Amino acid sequence: MCLAIPGRILTIADDGELTRRGRVDFGGIVKEVSLAFVPEARVGDYVIVHVGVALSVVDEREAARVFEYLTEIEGLRELEVREPGPEGPGRQ
Amino acid sequence: MAIIDEITCPLPAPAASQVILAHGGGGRLMHRLIEHLILPAVGNPILAALHDGAVVEVGGTRLAFTTDSYVVRPLKFPGGDIARLAVNGTVNDLAMCGARPLVLSAGLILEEGLGMDLLGELMQSLGRAAAEAGVVIVTGDTKVVDRGKGDGIFINTAGIGIVEASDPIGPSSVRPGDVVLLSGDIGRHGIAIMASREGLAFETAVESDCAPLTGPVLHLLQEGVRVHCLRDLTRGGLGAALVEIARGAGQRIEIDEAAIPVRPEVQAACELLGLDPLYVANEGRFIAFVEPQDADRALGLLRTHAVSADAVVLGRVVTGVPEVVATGVLGTTRVIDLPSGEQLPRIC
Amino acid sequence: MKFVQEFREGSAARRYARAIAAITTRPWTLMEVCGGQTHAILRFGIDRLLPPEITLIHGPGCPVCVTPLELIDKALAIARRPEVVFCSFGDMLRVPGSSGDLQGVKALGGDVRVVYSPLDAVALAQRLPEREVVFFAVGFETTAPANAMAVLRARSLGLRNFSILVAHVLVPPAMEAILASPRCRVQGFLAAGHVCTVTGYAGYDRLARTYRVPIVVTGFEPLDLLQGIYMCVRQLEEGRAEVENQYARSVRREGNTEAQRVMAEVFEVSDRQWRGIGEIPQSGLALRAPYRMFDAERRFGLTVRCAAEPAECIAGLVLQGVHTPPECPAFGTRCTPETPLGAPMVSAEGACAAYYRFRGPPEGRGRDGDYR
Repeated sequence: MCLAIPGRILTIADDGELTRRGRVDFGGIVKEVSLAFVPEARVGDYVIVHVGVALSVVDEREAARVFEYLTEIEGLRELEVREPGPEGPGRQ
Repeated sequence: MAIIDEITCPLPAPAASQVILAHGGGGRLMHRLIEHLILPAVGNPILAALHDGAVVEVGGTRLAFTTDSYVVRPLKFPGGDIARLAVNGTVNDLAMCGARPLVLSAGLILEEGLGMDLLGELMQSLGRAAAEAGVVIVTGDTKVVDRGKGDGIFINTAGIGIVEASDPIGPSSVRPGDVVLLSGDIGRHGIAIMASREGLAFETAVESDCAPLTGPVLHLLQEGVRVHCLRDLTRGGLGAALVEIARGAGQRIEIDEAAIPVRPEVQAACELLGLDPLYVANEGRFIAFVEPQDADRALGLLRTHAVSADAVVLGRVVTGVPEVVATGVLGTTRVIDLPSGEQLPRIC
Repeated sequence: MKFVQEFREGSAARRYARAIAAITTRPWTLMEVCGGQTHAILRFGIDRLLPPEITLIHGPGCPVCVTPLELIDKALAIARRPEVVFCSFGDMLRVPGSSGDLQGVKALGGDVRVVYSPLDAVALAQRLPEREVVFFAVGFETTAPANAMAVLRARSLGLRNFSILVAHVLVPPAMEAILASPRCRVQGFLAAGHVCTVTGYAGYDRLARTYRVPIVVTGFEPLDLLQGIYMCVRQLEEGRAEVENQYARSVRREGNTEAQRVMAEVFEVSDRQWRGIGEIPQSGLALRAPYRMFDAERRFGLTVRCAAEPAECIAGLVLQGVHTPPECPAFGTRCTPETPLGAPMVSAEGACAAYYRFRGPPEGRGRDGDYR
């Protein structure tokens, strides 16, 4: 449920609270999208769009976290391998 | 807060008592219609092969014969129009029989009220497309129906070609080990049409891939590439074509999903509409099943033609139950199934 | 596409899968709530990357699947009326009511149109003042703000020929219904990222505490799902039951307050029937009194006698995560996408249809791996 995809705002037309809208580029496909629910969105921002309505502005910093988190947890594992716990063979 | 524990369940859907659009979608519903309603009434061994066209021997010459009707909205779309489609579709069906297309018929069903200018434009396009594909339109028919009884214009074309392949081309010639080649990127025609549909409209530079495929196909044959099967990818897309051949051949086909060229805009439109590019229609793409020793040479030959310049090795045929299995971007596999019917945008 | 392609990267996915395997010491059963997640899991084969201890079961997260028969029948009745232009998302066209589906209604002359957005239906109502334009407002919290906006727009445009048939359901009450069931197998939830984009996730704290269940708000791409699974398994292994947010690039704790405001302006919470599950209190939305003129049920004065839904279909149990689709005796034999016994076989996001499409009919069972 809830197919929503990210796209970049090309232009914004702001002529009223509920009619704020913009042209959004989804990797070469351009559609007009309602921006009424993302008053903070600016041209160049990526927004998550569902059924023609933008629901959030993509936080680019957070988007990188999925990769940083992976590096972190792999780092944790390496630590465990290098410094095994009390039952580990390292104690012998 | 309780979940009701009895098993509750929706009623079975009644068997379709009338034709719905999805019966024309190139998927399972269409197959069922052909198998249960059409073949029992008019079936014969040539028709039962269910290939893109029939090969019949007339006075010692093997002729390929095919027919197709074209209904498309809008009548003109980026990269083509209904007339171009009507010529190339039939030309391609003949090419897929390993034949050189020679002559076409064109039957026009016009709706009262169709603009004369538009009709003129479409006829010009019909002529140009025939010239480009190297065929002659030698006979035709014109009918007019009441307003509201047609979509502006429907076109039927039939075509005859001379078979140049020495060995039979079709699913039954497919052998384990065969390499599957794909002639280029997929999904452009379907997305170009959808972009102009009311209710879905979006802006895109995607153009239909509508084109004649005679050039690369005859080139393969002339150079002696041992071609076992050819299929142009139309309704139902690459997915349906592969499944039909796997079943017709009784062999398993393994493909590499990551090898399939898909333009970024086509991929994006598919994400937007919840579609799988594997099932989106094409009008200028085909797959070829060739002997493994000939595969590299065949790929090289295909790449010398503009229409198949982006050809790739898609996969191969292996012994096994007749199904299509794709290895995806994550390295895991999935079964490719026939689409059900019409490609409906999945939104919620 | 930026923010899509990079989240499908194969080597990172395999690294996540290895990290999950490394921390998993015993069997865990997780439920992804959203049908979009189910679709992605099966399409990309994510379940096949996981260690055998991890079982994914599929929640009731397909709004098409849980829309009650009675409402489908109402939709069919409205769509058959000659003055009506019936607009719907593509998904709803093949869902069987007790007398056919919307595709069949269209075949017999009903004006049924697929639209991308409810706002397109409003525009259609503007263009066709002599017709009655009805939009089938199906969906979860993700879709409700768009439908609320459509109603507000129709009102400000003074449209008298626009109405919506409301079939909205809410996710948290369904999660709680599943958790409260004595048959609940769920040990951790992947909560639906786009629903939470609208609602936020503060409301899940109570669920996590009360039922001692980790809830990880999760996105829809392979790396999102794998990270969500990792976070959930890690909580289980460490004995924690907290709410975490994997999908922070879109989801804020408070959600989208502007969308919530508009949704609350137009809709109020109501009791709701879920197809295959039954009534869940306070789990749906209905139009508030000032907007009832846009209620299609009222406008067309419908009284549809609801047919019972007895048969061999186990949709209800599938939707509650008690069974997976291949455990159903009818799966792939008497129940296929062309002859669906239940809605989960119809919608592309339905669990049964997803299994059928990506794992093939049951002859294939066991050959390409199990259906776990």
